[in-house]
Amino acid sequence: MDNSIAAVTLPQAEIAAKSNLSLRLKKFIPAGLILVALSYFALVLLLPLGTVLVEAFAKGIGFYLDTLLESEAIHAMQLTLLMALMVVPLNAAFGIAAAWLLGKYRFPGRSVLITLIDLPFSVSPVVAGLVFVLLFGAQSALGPWLQAHDIKIIFALPGIWLSSLFVTLPFVARELLPLLESQGTDQEESSIMLGASGWQTFRYISLPQMKWALIHGIILCNARVMGEFGAVSVVSGHIRGQTNTLPLLVEILYNEYQFTAAFAAASVLALLALVTLVIKRISFRKQSLSIEA
Amino acid sequence: MAFFAKNKRVVPGFRVTLSITLFYLALMVVIPLASLVFKTSTLSWDQLWHTISSPRVLAACRLSVGAALAAAAVNAVFGTLLAWVLVRYRFPGRSLVDAFVDLPVALPTAVAGLALAAVYSENGFIGKIAHSFGWQIAFTPIGVFIALVFVGIPFLVRTVQPVLADLEKGLEEAGNTLGASSWQNFRFVILPQLLPAILTGAALAFGRAVGEYGSVIFIAGNVPMVSEIAPLLIISKLEQYDYAGATAIALLLLVLSIVLLGVINFLQSRLQRHRLSGG
Repeated sequence: MDNSIAAVTLPQAEIAAKSNLSLRLKKFIPAGLILVALSYFALVLLLPLGTVLVEAFAKGIGFYLDTLLESEAIHAMQLTLLMALMVVPLNAAFGIAAAWLLGKYRFPGRSVLITLIDLPFSVSPVVAGLVFVLLFGAQSALGPWLQAHDIKIIFALPGIWLSSLFVTLPFVARELLPLLESQGTDQEESSIMLGASGWQTFRYISLPQMKWALIHGIILCNARVMGEFGAVSVVSGHIRGQTNTLPLLVEILYNEYQFTAAFAAASVLALLALVTLVIKRISFRKQSLSIEA
Repeated sequence: MAFFAKNKRVVPGFRVTLSITLFYLALMVVIPLASLVFKTSTLSWDQLWHTISSPRVLAACRLSVGAALAAAAVNAVFGTLLAWVLVRYRFPGRSLVDAFVDLPVALPTAVAGLALAAVYSENGFIGKIAHSFGWQIAFTPIGVFIALVFVGIPFLVRTVQPVLADLEKGLEEAGNTLGASSWQNFRFVILPQLLPAILTGAALAFGRAVGEYGSVIFIAGNVPMVSEIAPLLIISKLEQYDYAGATAIALLLLVLSIVLLGVINFLQSRLQRHRLSGG
């Protein structure tokens, strides 16, 4: 009798001990995964950002301020701001119109339009710059005519403006489209039925609902305009004090081995990125809150 | 169909928004990209072939595609892991990490490039360690790869994250009850449901990486035949006034991105169907 009981209990105890061990091991899996993921995150994302901020102040705050207050740097910042002012409103207006069209209606050719809107995102920025050189450069069909009329597009501000418009065209439209699609047209229909005009319906019904998604799209569009490098680099011609945006200035300073100055200029753009991330986060939260409500 | 037609009439703005959209897209996207195709059509096949088949162009394309593929593969693993940790676990600083995942989207490429060059150059934080082992990262294809890993992270995390959050817990619990180990549960229950999202994210990251310029050129050092990427070659051809050569490479990149766009659209439509049917 005693023997048989022992024979039964022993394996059970063993099994219990084993599963206890695997349970204890299982507890470490989340901690291990979090550790690996966070190391990857810190190594790939945080380290470069931290480096910019540290290197920018490598020669002290005085040098930092001197670099940023030089006329060339100020001009570059002004040009970058000007481009944002000239590009973001246009692409935001287009984004609202396009998202309204593609989100509220179904019609033949709709998916072609969506693909066309996506194209600037998938094309290399260098190609985006090149197409405007091919259109308006000195060697193009339009080139001689433009020259005869003294209109400068390539290696001048209009070229930077056009390529920035192209590169950031999808942002607002892409941000609004899923929202307008999911909302359907019920509320707009009721509003129209109750006698509101089309504009009133848009202004008081649709626009408040898309507010945070719109802000989200605009802030991303703005960050890209201010930071665009590849496309602008092809069309700008790097004329100092004239067609140098802030990202181009970073490259020039780097190529001249003025590393600390390059990092100082870069830190302004990094700050812009941090502000962008904060606003992006807030607008994302508000947007998901408004959808839940 | 009847509902549709009524719909069109009730909500106003169809004609206005259609005109704006068509006009703007024609002006800003169709005409510029058509200029590339038009320019190519003025070149002879010999000219095109001569450019594309030159060893330097082939090497650059191989590097651009190869490094982009490798970076997408690495991010498919670690990006998914990051998404997993962000969705499944609660730990201090989680929402900060979540916000910073978008850093490569918000940070201008030139800044990223400058920073990466500094970190991985011989006297940089990681470059120094690698150098003590006799490895060089900056100015080699590995540098290109690292820059593309940086650029690709958000695409993976942001595509996998929502799918992971929506995943039905019931299936996993069933797996647990039936005695599956955590690994078996992940491999046979969770992974198959995540796969469309991982593939979509990897395709998006790859597409971005192939054409990437700003974050690569600083760390790459741009040694011809070794660490020179295809987009940079376009710029150096332009600087030599070789418009035909620049156009030929650009067309190659454009065709690649259009094909990729098709693949991504296909993957995304499958992903949506998957999510709808999965609940």
